Amino acid sequence: MTELAAQSLDTAAPRGRSLGRDALRRFAANRAAMAGVAVLIAIALSALAVPVLSVHGRDEIFWDLIGAPPELSGWHPFGTDSNGRDLFVRTLHGARISLLVGIVATLVSLVIGVSYGAVAGYLGGRVDAVMMRLVDILYALPFLFFVIILMVVFGRSILLIFVALGAVEWLDMARIVRGQTLSLKRREFIEAARALGVPRLTIVRRHIVPNLLGPVVVYATLTVPRIILFESFLSFLGLGVQEPMASWGVLISEGAKAIDTAPWLLLCPAGCLAATLLALNFIGDGIRDALDPRDR
Amino acid sequence: MLALAVRRLAGALPTLLAIVAVAFFLMRLAPGGPFDQERVLPAAIEANLRQTYHLGDPLMTQSARYLGDLLRGAFGPSFKYQDFTVTELIWGGLPASLTLGLGAMVIAALAGVWIGLVAALKRNSRLDHAVMAIAMTGIIVPNFVVAPLLTLIFGIYLHLLPVGGWRSAAHAVLPIVTLALPQIAIIARLTRASAIETLGSPFVRTARAKGLSERRVMTHHVIKPALLPVLSYLGPATAGVLTGSVVVEQIFGIPGVVRYFIQGALNRDYTLVMGVVILYATLIILFNLAVDLLYRVLDPKLRTP
Repeated sequence: MTELAAQSLDTAAPRGRSLGRDALRRFAANRAAMAGVAVLIAIALSALAVPVLSVHGRDEIFWDLIGAPPELSGWHPFGTDSNGRDLFVRTLHGARISLLVGIVATLVSLVIGVSYGAVAGYLGGRVDAVMMRLVDILYALPFLFFVIILMVVFGRSILLIFVALGAVEWLDMARIVRGQTLSLKRREFIEAARALGVPRLTIVRRHIVPNLLGPVVVYATLTVPRIILFESFLSFLGLGVQEPMASWGVLISEGAKAIDTAPWLLLCPAGCLAATLLALNFIGDGIRDALDPRDR
Repeated sequence: MLALAVRRLAGALPTLLAIVAVAFFLMRLAPGGPFDQERVLPAAIEANLRQTYHLGDPLMTQSARYLGDLLRGAFGPSFKYQDFTVTELIWGGLPASLTLGLGAMVIAALAGVWIGLVAALKRNSRLDHAVMAIAMTGIIVPNFVVAPLLTLIFGIYLHLLPVGGWRSAAHAVLPIVTLALPQIAIIARLTRASAIETLGSPFVRTARAKGLSERRVMTHHVIKPALLPVLSYLGPATAGVLTGSVVVEQIFGIPGVVRYFIQGALNRDYTLVMGVVILYATLIILFNLAVDLLYRVLDPKLRTP
C-alpha cells in the first residue's frame, strides 16, 4: 500500500512540475535565501577546516601580541585576545560548537516533537486532549530558569546542552505536527491504509510522518538559529561551554569585558554570530516561501 | 467574564504546583549543598546547620513543609544570606527589576506599534524597507551584544549616560533601552503585518467609501483590529523581557531580583532559587491571564452576547 499512497500523492500534484523541483526553482530565485546559503556554507566549511588548515592553534599564545588589534601581515585578521590567542581561529572553533549545538539540539527537538505531535494528532480523542494539555502546561514554565538550574545542577557538559535545549524547543514542533496530522488523517490514502488493516503506529510512521516533512523542515531551519542564540546566551552567563573551548557566547562574554580597550574582541565574534543567525533566518524564510503553494 | 477569570486562575494552580515540584526536586538532586565551601566546616557545626534548616529530613517531609510555608505566603529563610528571609531579599530587588521590566514593556509597546503603523501606511516605500531591515537586525542581534555596544557608544565614547549601577533615572536609560529594543522590533513587524491586512479588509474600504477622512479611518477602524495580534504577543513579550533581564541586570550591575537567581543556583541556595522561580512563573501566568481577558473584551468575535 506504499505504492497506493505514492500514487494518490502523484495524482495530487500536476504532472511535469514536481513539487520538489518547483520549490527548488523558487528557492534559487530568492536572492536573500541564496546569500544566506552562501554565507552559511562559507562559515561551515571554514569551521570544518580550521583544525587542519589553520596557521595557529586554538590555544596557541603569542606572547608579544597580547590584546593586539586586527592585522593582516601576521595572519591575525580578528586580532588577538587578552591572553594573546588568535581570535580568528578561536571564532572558527566557536563556530564548530555553535553549529554543532544548533544542529544536534534541533534534531533532538525534531525527534521528540514530531513523534509526540504525530501520535497525539493521529490517535485523537482523549489521548490527544491529555497530551496537548501537557504541552500547554509546559508552555507556561519559565524555561530559561529550568535550563539554568539544569546547567548549574548537573555540571556544564555539551551533551547536557544538547538535551536541555532540544527538550525545551520541541513544544512548538509538537503543536505544528499535530495540526498537520489532524488534516492528513482524513485523506484517502490514510483511509486506504486503515482499510487494509495496517497497525496504527505503522500508519503514523510510514504514511503520516513522511508527509509532514514540508512544515517540519521549515520550522527546523528556524529552530537552529534560536538554539544557537540560546547556547550563546548560556555561555555568556558562564553556564555553557567552558574555557579553553570556545563558543561564540564565551568569546562575546570575554569581549564585553574588554569593550573599552579592545572593541574587536566583541565585534568580531558578535558579527559572525549575527551573520549566521541572519543567514539561517533568510534560508528558513526562503524554504517556507518556496514550499508555500499559495504563491503559485 | 469574572467566572472565566476564576476558572482560568483555578486552572493555573496545577501548573504552578508542577513548577514548584520540578524546581524543588531538581535543586535537591544537585550534587553539593548550601553549606559546602572552601573551608570545611567541623562536622558538629554542619550537622547543626543541617538540622536548623531541616535538611536531614526525608525529601517528602521537606517538600511538604515547604508547601506549607508557601501557603502561608513565606518563602523561608535564605541559606546563604543569613539573617535574611527570601521574601525580604526579593522585596529588596523587586523595585529595580519592576522598573526595568515595566519600563521596557511600555516603551516597546508604544514605539513598536507606532513604527509598525507608520511602516504599514507607507508600505513598500524606502522608509518601510529601511525600518523593517533595522527591525530584522534588532531581532537577530542578541541583547548581550547590544548592551556592551550601547555602553561603548553612549557611555565611553560620548560620555552621555552612566554605564552601570542604579542610582538615578539616567542609570535606567541604557538597561531599559537594551531590554526594549528586540521587543520593539518584533512588535513593529507584527503591527505592520496586521495593519496591512486590516487596511485591505472590506470594512476599511467601506469606511473610505463613505467619505471618512484618512485619519478617522485609522483611528476608528484600523487601529483596534490591527492591534489584536500585538496584544496576544504581549504574553510572550513578558517572558522575553524577563529572560533578557537576566543578562541586563548582570551587565549593568543592577540590584534586581534575577541576579539572586544565578548566584543562588550556584550556591545551592535552595529557597532563594525557588522564590525567584515561583515569583516569575506567577508573574508570567498572571500576565497571560490579563492579556487573555483583555483580548476577549476587545475582540468582538469572542464577545459573548
